[in-house]
Amino acid sequence: MANEQELQVQETEKREVEVDVERTRDRVAFVPHTDIYETDQEIIVVTDMPGVDAESVDITLEKNVLTINGYVEPMELEGYTLAYAEYRVGDYQRRFSLSNEIDQEKIEAKIKDGVLFLHLPQVGPTTRKIAVQAL
Amino acid sequence: MLQRPFLNRMSPWREMERARREMNRLFAGWPTGFWRNVTPSYPAMNVWTNEDGAVVTAELPGVSPEDIDISVVNDTLTLKGCRQPRELEEGESYHRRERGCGRFSRILQLPFQIEVEGIEATFEKGVLRISLPRAEADKPKKIVVKTA
Repeated sequence: MANEQELQVQETEKREVEVDVERTRDRVAFVPHTDIYETDQEIIVVTDMPGVDAESVDITLEKNVLTINGYVEPMELEGYTLAYAEYRVGDYQRRFSLSNEIDQEKIEAKIKDGVLFLHLPQVGPTTRKIAVQAL
Repeated sequence: MLQRPFLNRMSPWREMERARREMNRLFAGWPTGFWRNVTPSYPAMNVWTNEDGAVVTAELPGVSPEDIDISVVNDTLTLKGCRQPRELEEGESYHRRERGCGRFSRILQLPFQIEVEGIEATFEKGVLRISLPRAEADKPKKIVVKTA
């Protein structure tokens, strides 16, 4: 196997959202683990949200603040009782402030196997090279 | 009286130390084993049971179903797999990397023998669900008391 790296638990443990404003939903919310990439043209946000599909995710971009909300219904198995629990089920919530202008019309989002991929195209060149002339 | 200013200067440290001790005392009896395994391992699992068997669930976002390997022997479930890293494309740089990747393996022993024929596994929205029915021979026998 190409990837011999062992997956570390510390990287995957769920962290609860700390909020100054109380949530209206009576449900625990977690900070989803996120990778953020950038190219000249776009910012790519990859977020782990197991239990969330296209219908239960809510993404907004307002004044350069990107908000991702994922809603998860608590699991109930009829006729079964939860005998042993290592993880909790809850919503996901995370906010990022973006430094660059984003072309709001061309934002693309897709979700696969509980992972959200968000492509945010940047407006105009992000890095300007300044040529220094030798006198 | 002369000592008082000195004591005041010390008090924030003393206060912190007191708070630290208080926290330790509070969390000493915390049932860490309930949400967290004693030796944490990936993936975290929840186990649902009834008299006919168990359902094991695990959150595996971004893992392709073909990378999940489930095997069952007697009363033991082994879950192995690999979470593939996202390769950086040309011109890409990253700001933040929190999503772990790599191989994982987990062994779970159930308190009953598993009926191998009846095992079912589904993977939906990044959540794996494995149904493990209890072997018929392992189920408790009901004994009818006859009246003489």
